[in-house]
Amino acid sequence: MSYFYTEEQEMIIEICNRIVQEKIKPVRAQLDEEEMFPREILSEIGRSDLFRLFIPEQWGGMGTGIFEVCIATEILSKGCLGVATSYAASGLGFLPILISGNDEQKNRYLPSLASGEKIAAFGLTEAEAGSDAGSIKTRAELDGNNYILNGTKQWITNGGEADIYSIFAITDESKGIRGASAFIVEKGFKGFSFGKKEKKLGIRASATRELVFENCIVPKENLIGKEGMGFIIAMKTLDKSRPAVGAQAVGVAQAAIEEALIYSKIRKQFGQSISSFQAVQHMLADMATNIEAARQLVYHAAKVVDSGLKESSRLSAMAKLFASDVAMKVTTDAVQILGGYGYMRDYPVEKMMRDAKITQIYEGTNQIQRNVIALDLIKNGF
Amino acid sequence: MKFKVMICIKQVPSSTEIKIDPATNTLIREGAENIINPFDVYAIEEGVRIKERLAGTTDIEIETVVVTMGPPQSEKILREAISLGADKAVLLSDRAFAGSDTLATSRVLSAAAKKLGDVKIILCGKQTMDGDTGQVGPEIGQLLNMPFVGYISEIQLIALDRILLKQLKEKKYDIIETELPAVLSVLKEINSPRIPGLKNMMKAKAAPIEKWGINDLQINPAQAGLDGSATRVIKIFKHEIKNDTKVIENNLKAQVDEICKELFSYGKT
Repeated sequence: MSYFYTEEQEMIIEICNRIVQEKIKPVRAQLDEEEMFPREILSEIGRSDLFRLFIPEQWGGMGTGIFEVCIATEILSKGCLGVATSYAASGLGFLPILISGNDEQKNRYLPSLASGEKIAAFGLTEAEAGSDAGSIKTRAELDGNNYILNGTKQWITNGGEADIYSIFAITDESKGIRGASAFIVEKGFKGFSFGKKEKKLGIRASATRELVFENCIVPKENLIGKEGMGFIIAMKTLDKSRPAVGAQAVGVAQAAIEEALIYSKIRKQFGQSISSFQAVQHMLADMATNIEAARQLVYHAAKVVDSGLKESSRLSAMAKLFASDVAMKVTTDAVQILGGYGYMRDYPVEKMMRDAKITQIYEGTNQIQRNVIALDLIKNGF
Repeated sequence: MKFKVMICIKQVPSSTEIKIDPATNTLIREGAENIINPFDVYAIEEGVRIKERLAGTTDIEIETVVVTMGPPQSEKILREAISLGADKAVLLSDRAFAGSDTLATSRVLSAAAKKLGDVKIILCGKQTMDGDTGQVGPEIGQLLNMPFVGYISEIQLIALDRILLKQLKEKKYDIIETELPAVLSVLKEINSPRIPGLKNMMKAKAAPIEKWGINDLQINPAQAGLDGSATRVIKIFKHEIKNDTKVIENNLKAQVDEICKELFSYGKT
């Protein structure tokens, strides 16, 4: 199938395919089983310049669009969604600096994030502030030249492993959601520690951890943008990152159908390959059609985000929503096609099914995506 | 002055179903899908690592130069080597080089090293996948009067003037220190080659490839190609290895005696 990629995009695909084949596939079952953070693979991804993609050249990046990030994320997700999540979460972590940081912050933080020498994380969610992000309780108070942060962030991808954190905290309680601000917090800042590492259903190679701030001292110059801009920065970040979650979903779905296809041709029942049965054929046809539709939506949303058009918020929500629902359905059907073998850990599809579920939940649940789409429709028409 | 690491690579057919020219008894390379000889990929990686290791320790510029002798389409593997991190590439290509055996090849590569100048390390893979001789490395060492150390599984220490190497022997390792310049051939154990990065892939696409022919290298035509080869390939055939199986049954002592007797009969102990 041709997607009319540019030469540079073809190179990204070639690099990612090699990383998947040579570095990810041989160890993905072990990473999952032992819940091991893929430090070495991320170094390889860094050496291959993939963290550089979206960062402008002046900060050591390659200045590509979100579209290229989506292609890389999609292919890496074919190998292991846990690894791809760790990769994509670093991008999510540095997007606030890229979108709203000043030059000094960009000069200080972006080059080492572009090279992959350091990785980033995004800290918004709290125990009582998930979909309702406006209810965050973490506080930041200005004290001379520093902000003092107190509170606990929950379920932070790359937590404990990342070096640089974009943290959202309330600076003005009286303003509610408009009183939130964004900060750059480095691992090692006084008063910043890590809570428990979560045990998850899927994406078990990725690290998910609590971030604990106890009178954490953050220099004033680490405020991103201005006080009160936190929520806007978070929303702008998520608008840009959502297509990549869609790309993760497309990747894991693609990997699942490839496994199902191979198996259906080899597996013989009643004297013939199960791929000769219409029941299986129709499942495969639906899976392929849905994956293709999801991919087109993700690619289109990414291109619209890159073009800077206003409707990108709705489209990227649609891409994330549709592709993640497809991933859940396709991976579940792949397990069904592999039958009893599919349910066993000897085959990779049960992991894909466990992994796929998170794409319907993180970076805005699919219910929140529907809210975003509906509100935009009502406000701006179709 | 520079510190140059010259990496010798060869294009080999990726398929095992290679065709042989019945007239010359050499491989027909045209039309076959060609790849970097797999052992040479480790030499490229080690060259890049040597540069990375030395980079912070000296003001002298370290440069990795990948060199191949072959037909014009060998340019492809040179570009691939650049994508793997090599700084520069030189293609040694001339009708007069055609049909070279390992000695004639070594003469051309040695001449290239002289022309490059400042070459402190010459790296080769252990052997090629097509010829399988492993002779070119030692021959270059001989021709350039440089020490040659083969079967290297680790570069333990490196300085600008000497190097400490771990060399694999049958069942043990030797640690060898040698002065530079030297010619080294490396084993697969030495490293894990990196996956090319996007920046280097883009650089490789546009990188200039220097091309040197017999006149550039000032080689006497009688010393190159088929004419300059000390060997002739008379015939290429598949060597059949006969595996005999013999089951020895009896009590343990009798079995051991029987096996010993059998082995001694082959002249083995």
